[in-house]
Amino acid sequence: MIAELGLFALILALLLAIAQGTLPLIGAARKDAALMAVGRSAAYGQLVFIGIAYAMLTYAFVTDDFSIAYVANNSNSLLPVQYKITAVWGGHEGSLLLWVLILGLWSAAVATFSRSLPREVLARVLGVMGLVAIGFIGFTLFTSSPFERLIPAAMEGRDLNPMLQDPGLIIHPPMLYMGYVGFSVAFAFAIAALIGGRLDAAWARWSRPWTAVAWAFLTVGIGLGSWWAYYVLGWGGWWFWDPVENASFMPWLMGTALLHSLAVTEKRGGFKNWTVMLAILTFSLVLLAAFLVRSGVLTSVHAFAVDPDRGLYLLAFMAVVVAGSLTLFAWRAGKVGLGGGFGLVSRESALLTNNVLLVVSAAAVLLGTLYPLLLDAFGLGKISVGPPYFEAVFLPLMLPLLLLLGFGPRLRWKQDSPTEQLWRLRWIFGASLVFGMIWPLFVGSWSFLAGIGAFLGLWIIGSSLKDLVDRLRLRRESRQTLGIRVRRLGRSYVGMQFAHIGVAVVVIGITFVLGYDDERDVRMAVGETVEVGGYGFRLDSLDQVQGPNFDAEQATVSVFLDGQLMTTLTPQMRNYFSQEQPMAHTSLHRGFFRDLYVNMGEELPGNAWVMRVYYKPFMNWVWAGAILMAVGGFLAASDRRYRVRVRREDEATDEDAKLAAKDAVKANDSGAEPNPAG
Amino acid sequence: MRPWHWLHAPLLALAVALLLPALTVAGPTAPPSEPMSFDSELQEQRYQKLIRELRCTVCQNQNLIESNAPLANDLRRQIALMINDGADTDEVIDYMVARYGDFVLFRPPMKGITYLLWFGPVAMLLIGLAALGNILWRRRTQVTSEPLSTDEEERLRRILGDRGQDKT
Amino acid sequence: MKLRFLIPLTAFIALVGLLFVGLSLDPREIPSPLVGKEAPQFDLPELRNAEVRFARDDMLGKPALLNVWASWCVTCRQEHPMLAELRRMGVPIYGLNYKDTRSDALRFLTRFGDPYDAIGFDESGLVGIDYGVYATPETFLIDGSGKIRFKHIGMITPEVIETEILPLYRQLEAET
Repeated sequence: MIAELGLFALILALLLAIAQGTLPLIGAARKDAALMAVGRSAAYGQLVFIGIAYAMLTYAFVTDDFSIAYVANNSNSLLPVQYKITAVWGGHEGSLLLWVLILGLWSAAVATFSRSLPREVLARVLGVMGLVAIGFIGFTLFTSSPFERLIPAAMEGRDLNPMLQDPGLIIHPPMLYMGYVGFSVAFAFAIAALIGGRLDAAWARWSRPWTAVAWAFLTVGIGLGSWWAYYVLGWGGWWFWDPVENASFMPWLMGTALLHSLAVTEKRGGFKNWTVMLAILTFSLVLLAAFLVRSGVLTSVHAFAVDPDRGLYLLAFMAVVVAGSLTLFAWRAGKVGLGGGFGLVSRESALLTNNVLLVVSAAAVLLGTLYPLLLDAFGLGKISVGPPYFEAVFLPLMLPLLLLLGFGPRLRWKQDSPTEQLWRLRWIFGASLVFGMIWPLFVGSWSFLAGIGAFLGLWIIGSSLKDLVDRLRLRRESRQTLGIRVRRLGRSYVGMQFAHIGVAVVVIGITFVLGYDDERDVRMAVGETVEVGGYGFRLDSLDQVQGPNFDAEQATVSVFLDGQLMTTLTPQMRNYFSQEQPMAHTSLHRGFFRDLYVNMGEELPGNAWVMRVYYKPFMNWVWAGAILMAVGGFLAASDRRYRVRVRREDEATDEDAKLAAKDAVKANDSGAEPNPAG
Repeated sequence: MRPWHWLHAPLLALAVALLLPALTVAGPTAPPSEPMSFDSELQEQRYQKLIRELRCTVCQNQNLIESNAPLANDLRRQIALMINDGADTDEVIDYMVARYGDFVLFRPPMKGITYLLWFGPVAMLLIGLAALGNILWRRRTQVTSEPLSTDEEERLRRILGDRGQDKT
Repeated sequence: MKLRFLIPLTAFIALVGLLFVGLSLDPREIPSPLVGKEAPQFDLPELRNAEVRFARDDMLGKPALLNVWASWCVTCRQEHPMLAELRRMGVPIYGLNYKDTRSDALRFLTRFGDPYDAIGFDESGLVGIDYGVYATPETFLIDGSGKIRFKHIGMITPEVIETEILPLYRQLEAET
């Protein structure tokens, strides 16, 4: 009964999505207020019904209803209840339902928070989101229903993959999907603007906070995935350049470019075609990611089950959405103005350079990811493209970008003097170069990569802080308290600085952990001590322990620093009752400057094990930086200027939108930008 | 029979070590292997680099250090043996390529069919920079923003509400 | 409409074409670089009689199949009747018993039959590595001069015999 209710709710959601995807668009074309108004109620209704479907599936998991094939494949009666709830998205079908639910959430959020938009614009945005929803709900219903019955019902479930029975997996997929799906909002705004024939600064202002939020979620999602892989996989790796990781990284890079391009469109009315193009491309890469992960065209450690029908459906869906958008783009673009002019050295030119580097990076990742497929398709043999390739290609592209990151935010719109900015930053530049080159000496033996990483990190942090201080000083004569002056900077600005400093922290973390990690696979018998990264690790005992759905061999390892007991680690080799293969469970001691990482490998004769004992310096900086970036994104999105909602919604018209657009350009031309150099 | 059933894993879920390959793969139980030992630091480094850049052919997408598959174990031991016998990096790579093809190399070899792969990003960067230069040069002087009339401004204030000071 | 705005669309259509072709490819199947090359040398103890040796050169003279198998390999069990079928058609079949124990392997042959002319006992799997074995079963077709002419990864099916192994075998037989 539960499964049928869920299925029925999902069918109703599809019907509502069809209403949402058609009526408001027709209404906007005909200027029919009633039809346009359907968008919002349809969006809410759709969310309610997907919510019901999702709740039904969760209920089936919690109550161990193994008459549903999906539950039988991904759960087990012994599974702890929190993992039964998260097991809902442990496989293809359920994770797709989560995807659809999040799409519904975003739709409803747009319906709620964008009341101040002109009616036509809101109708078109919701209409486009409805069309996207039709594609994904249809995909779930027609190829991947999680509600299919298993007759006869299974006595016991196959269990959730033990790798996924982890707290990291409770929040990683929802965050990641919030990011992926969130870019559909930016996409919908872009398409709505193309349909309406008006790409302007107002459009940029409306879509910018949505983009920032989606981007922040995607950042958290990718960071969590990496954080989880690091301790679950048991060999200390945290980024693999695997096709599925690349699939999430490409929209992130493109979304980052979009975020920066939107700034120019909002502030200066420029790059309109380019920005709308980026919005389309970012969402296209999201669709591509869904295709790559769920179609089985590439070998990945995290691909879902392979089913050619699903691949074909997704490919067709992606082809329709993207080809349609690009055609619309080709038809409509070029009818827009160029926006304000700008000099060779200006905020605009810096942001454009940022865009070129980010887009080329994304394209390089795409090339590397699809190249094996390309060769295979032409019968030219099979090759693998892995981390050595991506590192070789990616690092040179990031260097200029990071260097630019120190200057860019300080440059004035329209025109700035390169020598003046260089002169103002000369101390920061010199100091970060000197300290950056020296810093690695305190971590280990000097390496060029670590030196460059530390230099770039310090440079970005230093110039960001200097800019912050300069701007606060500028307002000193206003006699306001520091608190007010900080608030006056605006969350958009503070968010940007957070995100940039986050990038710096990630860069330092990555280069240091790459340069100075110490990894040993050693034989350890009880009582033996090994020295790794300056710490002594002693295997004290080996014991049998019992978990809720596994039993395990547990090693107790004491860690000493300078002869002092520092901590005790307890890695395990777990045998899950539902699995044949044992699985290692890592034990970690996390710290600000280093992680200590111990994992069990293989049992050896003589009460000994092969142990993986790792010292990972600055590892947590990588995740901490990602969090800073995400915080920056959320802060920027909550800026006051995005929260204007003054009038009743029915007053707004396209005419108003045009005005708002002109205003945005004008306001910036008139020098409303606080200028630290002034 | 559905040999792929255990491949279910959520997006980005690196369900690695557990994933048994779909085709039946080497060995019921591999004999326990002692950690590799080397005569010199240089050899150890060579080994560590190689097992990270060579792909485990039976696995989904893992290098030799990540994989727990018995074949990966055998290959690790074989590579350690070769290195201890004085083989250099290229010799080990040639040995592997002769048996498993270019597929084992996570760093694709530079040759006719991979020129596009290796030089593609450089070409894209050059095209991007050329376009950038072109735009910067052309945009130097253009200014096209139209001023608002007083009437329009009045109306705008009404639409957007009072948001005078916070433009960052 | 300016033509340059059509560039992204064109590129995307090409991408969809590529992905469409990709759907019908198997990313897990790796072509062997050994096809067309001399079969690697080996000299192993015979599985059924440890006193006897079985070397690569023992296969020379006429075309033959070399089948890599193990008792722990489920697919090998399913494939086994196909080998007997090939044997009945007169194709010589040699075996490479890969990473197995002698007793398990012999029990396997007693239970499922023994179509092999000779079987090398590759306990360490080193000969397997020389032959680029990565997933059992694998089957090589080696011509009379010792050159590998064809390799099949995975189970031999009636279709594989019909469309690939037999035609090539007959052709090689005619050549010698």
